[in-house]
Amino acid sequence: MLRLPKFSYHRPASGAEAVRIVAAHGGEARYVAGGTDLYPNMKRRVQRPGHVVALSRCQDLRGMRGEARSGVTIGAMTTLSAIEHDPRLRAEYPGFVHAASVVSTPLLRNMGTIGGNLLLDTRCNYYDQSHEWRESIDFCKKCDGSTCWVAPSSPRCWAVQSSDTVPLLCAIDASVTLLGADGERRVPLRALYRDDGIDFVQKRHEELLTALHLPATNGWRASYRKLRRRGSFDFPVLGVGACLSMDGDRVAELDVRIGGAGSWPIPAQKTVEMLRGAVLRFDDAASDELIRAAAQEAYKPTRAMDNTDLDAHWRKKMAPVFVARAIRDCLPGAPPRRDVLG
Amino acid sequence: MGADAAGSGAPIERPEGRYLHGVPDADLKVVGKPWRKIDARARVTGQTRFADDLFAPRMAYCKLLRSTQAHARIVRIDASAAEAMEGVYAVLLGKDLPITFGILPVSQDEHTLCIDKVRFVGDPVAAVAAVDEDTAWEACRKIVVEYEALPLVTDVFTAAATDPEAPHEHRIHDYGRLGNFHRQENLEFGDLAQGFGESDLVREDFFFFEGNTHLPMEEHATLATFDPDGKLCVQSSTQTPHYLHRALAKVLAEHVPAHKIRVIACPNGGGFGGKSDPFSHEIAVAMLSIRTGRPVKVTLTREEVFYTHRGRHPVLMRSRIGVSRSGRIKALDFETHLDGGAYGSYGTASTFYTGALQCVTYHVENYWFRGARYFTNKAPCGPKRGHGTPQPRFALEVQMDKLAVELGLDPVRIRKDNLVPANSLTANWMRVGTMALGRCIDQVVAGSGFLDRWQKLPHGKGVGLACSSYLSGAGLPIYWNAMPHSGVQLKLDRSGLVTVFCGSTDIGQGSNSILAYVVGEVLGLDPQDLRIVTSDTDLTPVDLGSYSSRVTLMTGNAALQAAERARDLIAPHVADKLGVPRNRIGFAKGRVFDVSDPDQGMPFADAVQLAESKLGTIGTTGSYRPPKSPARYKGGGVGPSANYSFTAAVVEVDVDPETGIYTVPRIFVAHDIGRSINPCLVMGQVEGSVYMGLGEAMMEEMSYRSDRFGVHKIPSMLDYKSPTTMEMPELITWLVGDPDPNGPFGAKEAGQGPLLPIMPAVANAVFDAVGVRVDEVPITPEKVFEGIERARKGKEPRVGPTKTPHVDWPEARKVRTPWQGGTGLEVEREQEELAAARANGGASRERRGD
Repeated sequence: MLRLPKFSYHRPASGAEAVRIVAAHGGEARYVAGGTDLYPNMKRRVQRPGHVVALSRCQDLRGMRGEARSGVTIGAMTTLSAIEHDPRLRAEYPGFVHAASVVSTPLLRNMGTIGGNLLLDTRCNYYDQSHEWRESIDFCKKCDGSTCWVAPSSPRCWAVQSSDTVPLLCAIDASVTLLGADGERRVPLRALYRDDGIDFVQKRHEELLTALHLPATNGWRASYRKLRRRGSFDFPVLGVGACLSMDGDRVAELDVRIGGAGSWPIPAQKTVEMLRGAVLRFDDAASDELIRAAAQEAYKPTRAMDNTDLDAHWRKKMAPVFVARAIRDCLPGAPPRRDVLG
Repeated sequence: MGADAAGSGAPIERPEGRYLHGVPDADLKVVGKPWRKIDARARVTGQTRFADDLFAPRMAYCKLLRSTQAHARIVRIDASAAEAMEGVYAVLLGKDLPITFGILPVSQDEHTLCIDKVRFVGDPVAAVAAVDEDTAWEACRKIVVEYEALPLVTDVFTAAATDPEAPHEHRIHDYGRLGNFHRQENLEFGDLAQGFGESDLVREDFFFFEGNTHLPMEEHATLATFDPDGKLCVQSSTQTPHYLHRALAKVLAEHVPAHKIRVIACPNGGGFGGKSDPFSHEIAVAMLSIRTGRPVKVTLTREEVFYTHRGRHPVLMRSRIGVSRSGRIKALDFETHLDGGAYGSYGTASTFYTGALQCVTYHVENYWFRGARYFTNKAPCGPKRGHGTPQPRFALEVQMDKLAVELGLDPVRIRKDNLVPANSLTANWMRVGTMALGRCIDQVVAGSGFLDRWQKLPHGKGVGLACSSYLSGAGLPIYWNAMPHSGVQLKLDRSGLVTVFCGSTDIGQGSNSILAYVVGEVLGLDPQDLRIVTSDTDLTPVDLGSYSSRVTLMTGNAALQAAERARDLIAPHVADKLGVPRNRIGFAKGRVFDVSDPDQGMPFADAVQLAESKLGTIGTTGSYRPPKSPARYKGGGVGPSANYSFTAAVVEVDVDPETGIYTVPRIFVAHDIGRSINPCLVMGQVEGSVYMGLGEAMMEEMSYRSDRFGVHKIPSMLDYKSPTTMEMPELITWLVGDPDPNGPFGAKEAGQGPLLPIMPAVANAVFDAVGVRVDEVPITPEKVFEGIERARKGKEPRVGPTKTPHVDWPEARKVRTPWQGGTGLEVEREQEELAAARANGGASRERRGD
């Protein structure tokens, strides 16, 4: 078994105290929530914090409040299992609950938190490897090296956005609260992420994500379609979040984000533009054709590369299929999602 | 007559039918019943002590430094900084252990630690013993190794193209055939030209079976203890303690003699063939213990388990088959190319296995096999469940499906028309005894409604049929010797306890329980009451190991002999005491009694005391060696077995034509087990095989990045994809067959054969669902999708290889088939033998194969 390196462990009782500790130690310190992402990374020596600041005792990061009519706030330390099994969320935010429920395995969802999932490190199978393995390729740009082995001539890192909840939460325009040394700020998730495998979150190092805010449910419907090899364990190698509001038969608002196929949740801009104002009905050939044609536009922005499971070219070809399916899921009359594959 | 005389001395081989296959089910108390495994409670309550659970006072921890280069010369190693570290007890380098080892006598090509060159990323280069694992790891980082890169070979085409005249460095090993060829075999049975000439239809197909690994839950671990009296004890997660003992004795010859080495195989947390070789880490900790005088333990990381590998060979195949209009197989010309990885391992046997069992399911009139194994700079391949036979089985079963479609026959009919008859010889001289494949096929076809559904389901849904066979133990040992393959000793105590000693190793399959069931049956004892002592080279007689599905048959037969001898020692004295004829003495329910009047008798313990009073200490032995094979040609040593199991499977698939993603809702499988010693354990083996086969069919692959220094792409359990419970289909299992005269109580193997039909049945079902032939394993959604797209574009809806490397094959060893009047020898040697026989006045020509 790989072993953890040595580190100092802090257990503050509040978010504010946690922020103070991290601010004091700077880049040497990291927060840990469920630990399902950080600890494996530490065992592989891709992250080597001298100070680990555990959030498990911070009661202010737990709990849920608000209601669907005005929006719900979920504490960052809420586990994915708690979200998956919460009756109110299941009834009012089924798309979000579905996305949370297809993360990894039940055991990891019992530990993993929503805050951790939103800030999940980007993944790459040149990066998520042991120290010894990475030594064999002389390391990579994201950690200890200088070359991005996915695209050696590229100046950037191509590690992949791999959170299941992020594409959906961006599509529904959720936001988060970040607590810093000089107070709180609220940031829409759509503005939180950057298209870079290394520097993928726009927040200061000591800023702590304390809560997730789900928007009011005023008629929109959302869906998440996940491509992965198996019905459990696997990170998405394509994850499409879609959110649709209708005005009668017409598309009033649509947002589609493509995850697992680039370093950030890629907006399917052209697809959205083509369908804005369109007449769409569930189980209707003409609507399906419209959706399919619009979804085809998602092919181009999808940046599937050879650094995840499954063939990159096929994954790119699957993007339009998954985008179309996610949009169809959101049409009035579409059945609720239960499947774990696709 | 003393106990010693009665307890041994009979010939090792007994005539067919002496293994109680004829006893009716109704007369059996233990055999055929679903008894609990004798070690089940410890396993499920977490009390079984695996190798990594072992701890000894003053124990040091070992870590190996492994090569970061796939093919390189070692220019310099400097371990001084590591040696100087606080907490480091010893550092071992390649030069400290210059003697080579390897599982097969023909490929002694491994050093414990590389000396002058490394051959794959992960090849062990140094070993450190330290106060704890962290210190050992840090010390490894301080060892400086300077490499000089050598040309990288990661596939069979590059390996085949290695110029034999090229400088020495281009070769991965300096033995084997030319260049980077390890083996080239060419065997011809019958008259191929005539066979193809008589064929109405000839098909040539290319197939590829990707390599995959065993993925045992337990990572390999070893604890070595060199004691002050100069004795070495090695406790290890190995399937083959006897072979490990031999390797240790060879490599450590200068340090400790063979009789002072004790190997204890710990219960294995899964083996599947991956713990059948002697390994560097096992020898390294032994030497470190000798060096430091401390117990030294090593536990591999999951990544290191991927490097240790010895798993399924990637095999590229070409199969040309000729059949009559009615589908009878006239000729089969089969060519295999095995990507062996960096070392020999079992590779020579693996190569022969890719040609050995094609003819035991369907009658092949004329058969030509050519097999080549190549060295490449990847983790060494070896035996994985099915050893060398799943790859050709995949090819053959898919080709049968193609033939059926092309001839307008159905897949059931073409198989049943070609079945090998029971009690017959195949073209390559394999002796098939009982054979219930026809019944297996009938069972799965009826049970799944195959004929009502094949070619009749809506687009996207399909069913596929495939069959297989596997051997119940290899007919020959790994190193040439005339001794038994398996030995059992019984010790009978005055308390009534019977202790069974046997060198076999329980890798979770239940082999310890089999000993208890067999002995318990014969002596009328509750299997849970016996003491089973196994896999300890100091205490137990040799059993060759848990490989080739040999354990139940061989240890079962040896235990049967030992138990019968114990019964025969006790019975006369009880008969005398009761005053009844000896043939009226029975053993059941812990008593020995008069079968005509069961109240007249005594507890088993009293019977033992009675016999001990007359004979002295009561102990017996039993041994087993498989029957001689009629395959006497060179290469005929691989494939023969005391009996063969047979399996048929029907797989259902549900394909999403828009993506190529498919699921497997149900699998139907029927297995010819002869007679089950424990049907529950057999079912477990069958269903576990199906699960493992499904992983190979759908997703598992050892992938390397040949353009990135030859690293393994995904050496982790998250990224090397293997099915989860979510992928496991509903499974409907039947056990069929009649007791086989060569198996203990009629048993055959169960642990490997049922894996084989799954991959081709999935391929055939995908074809039935969407008309796409994926002539490659794994059958991934990308490949199914590619086939669908090809069909859409009007191209041949097939995905798979189209060529094999060029090989200058050695001249074929020609063997006449039984129906040509052959003798099982090469034609050339037949003539030599004839001449010799004439000179000797017709002396016996009994000789074993090589």
